[in-house]
Amino acid sequence: MLDERSKKLRRLIIRMVETGRRGHIGPAASLVEILRVLYDSWLNFQPENPRWRDRDRLILSKGHGCLALYAILADKGFFPIEELDRFCFSESFLGGHPEDKIPGVEASTGALGHGLPIGVGMALAGKIRRQEHRVAVIVGDGEINEGSTWEAAMSAAKHNLINLTVLVDYNKYQSYGPTSVVLELEPLADKWQAFGFGVMEVDGHDHVEILNALNRTPISKAKPSLVICHTTKGKGFPMAENRAEWHHKSRLSDADIASLYACLG
Amino acid sequence: MRKTSLEWVHRLAQKDPRVLFIGSDLGAGVLESMRIEMPDRWYMEGVAEQHIIGMAAGLAMEGFLPYVNTIATFLTRRCYEQLVVDVGLHHAPIRLIGNGGGVVYAPLGPTHQAIEDIAMMRLIPNMTVIAPCDADEMARVMEASLVWPDPIYLRLAKGGDSIVSHPTDGFEIGKAVVYREPGKVLLVSTGIMTQRALEVSTMLEKMGISCGVLHMHTVKPCDDKMLLDLASEVRIVVTLEEHKRDGGLGTIVLETLSELNVAKVPKVVRKGIPDSFPTQYGSQDSLLESWRLDAKSLVVDIEKEILERI
Repeated sequence: MLDERSKKLRRLIIRMVETGRRGHIGPAASLVEILRVLYDSWLNFQPENPRWRDRDRLILSKGHGCLALYAILADKGFFPIEELDRFCFSESFLGGHPEDKIPGVEASTGALGHGLPIGVGMALAGKIRRQEHRVAVIVGDGEINEGSTWEAAMSAAKHNLINLTVLVDYNKYQSYGPTSVVLELEPLADKWQAFGFGVMEVDGHDHVEILNALNRTPISKAKPSLVICHTTKGKGFPMAENRAEWHHKSRLSDADIASLYACLG
Repeated sequence: MRKTSLEWVHRLAQKDPRVLFIGSDLGAGVLESMRIEMPDRWYMEGVAEQHIIGMAAGLAMEGFLPYVNTIATFLTRRCYEQLVVDVGLHHAPIRLIGNGGGVVYAPLGPTHQAIEDIAMMRLIPNMTVIAPCDADEMARVMEASLVWPDPIYLRLAKGGDSIVSHPTDGFEIGKAVVYREPGKVLLVSTGIMTQRALEVSTMLEKMGISCGVLHMHTVKPCDDKMLLDLASEVRIVVTLEEHKRDGGLGTIVLETLSELNVAKVPKVVRKGIPDSFPTQYGSQDSLLESWRLDAKSLVVDIEKEILERI
């Protein structure tokens, strides 16, 4: 069962698609608790000073999950919550993939497999300068089909980037269908361990479990960390859960919007 | 030229703590003195160009100035989306030093020949594209690169190329250099084709055909003003490049000259590599000769163009 905080963030997601009438609803809904824990309990940031030097860096490498990111950034005060009502408007800074012109967004993503290499660069920068801040990168399960992710994984391990934490939103579905059908990722934990990461697996909708894992980073001595978050695509919206056709929806009707709101009670 | 550029990376790193060196899997001993002197500013990251560009962009977003070096084809074709998104879109000021621009690696075949790199790189918004003509000019480029705000693609030639640039020419990124004042003909060249342009110009002058040479070390941003000023005085503009005729210097010159507002628009002849993959090995010179890009063939062909036009 989702608690009121999780429902509130999901209502903000619907608020945006009500405006834009489109969006990656399934990939955003699986992410909500991961982002919630990061912003409520783990990342250091200053919404009024988004480029604060000592902030922790978060990159949403699966940029198509941006509805959830916009919801939490607005909730935290990086920009006025009314901006959500302009999602995908020509003059809004909130588009279908996040760009670094948005307060609180570190890197423009949307093309997959880019966030982890950039995150490795940022973590390496912190290491060279002996800075205290941490770097977190959220990757999608379909996203890590990209070879660049694994190039970056080797590099992160080589440089012993203990300040880097990767979270995999493992909702088991990509655009076409199940990840096990399109390109099998298993054994996923073994793969990341073999690539030199300290690995933990959690229920990606259980905020206590997620926070416990984050608080244990670095999970292994002298290694970058990776948390596999087992999630449900479309979580909280039964008609969208584990349904590939909800990966991206356009031309949403008033009835669709009403039924999405109804799911949250 | 490559040696000069890498030595300058070390020199710049001694001067500016933002400077880093990142190679892929380069030859043994590359910049060994820098590695020893500043091990946390020197990286050899493996055959992983997509990652390297993203990582360099991440470092640049944090205020570093990474100089990335590998073979030009792998620095452009292999990681093009990273160059567009991570570098161009983020306006990340990294410096890309591409070994073997053109057909330097002739004996290694088409996989190693960077003959469309200028076309690819100039299409990326915010990207600066530079092809110096010799090692002395390379030193000037490197010095200027420290304060240039945009990402730079730097195209290297073979090395040991004859020195034709001179300190009195001055150097500014984006400013073309007039080596010879134009007559009937204006040769516009970049990289080491400038040496060839000077040779062709001398031969044409001996035949009584006055011929200027404009060296465009910076292909992007193009020195539109200089090009338009000089081209308005001539009958024929000939572009020379060790690159495909499509999309490179010749295309840039055509695009720029389409803005010319003069009664007699000069004819533009683009000399470069045809739209095909090289089918021979041999040497850089023999491949260029096969495309009639050697000085003798160029003189013959340019004279023919002149006779047809004038």
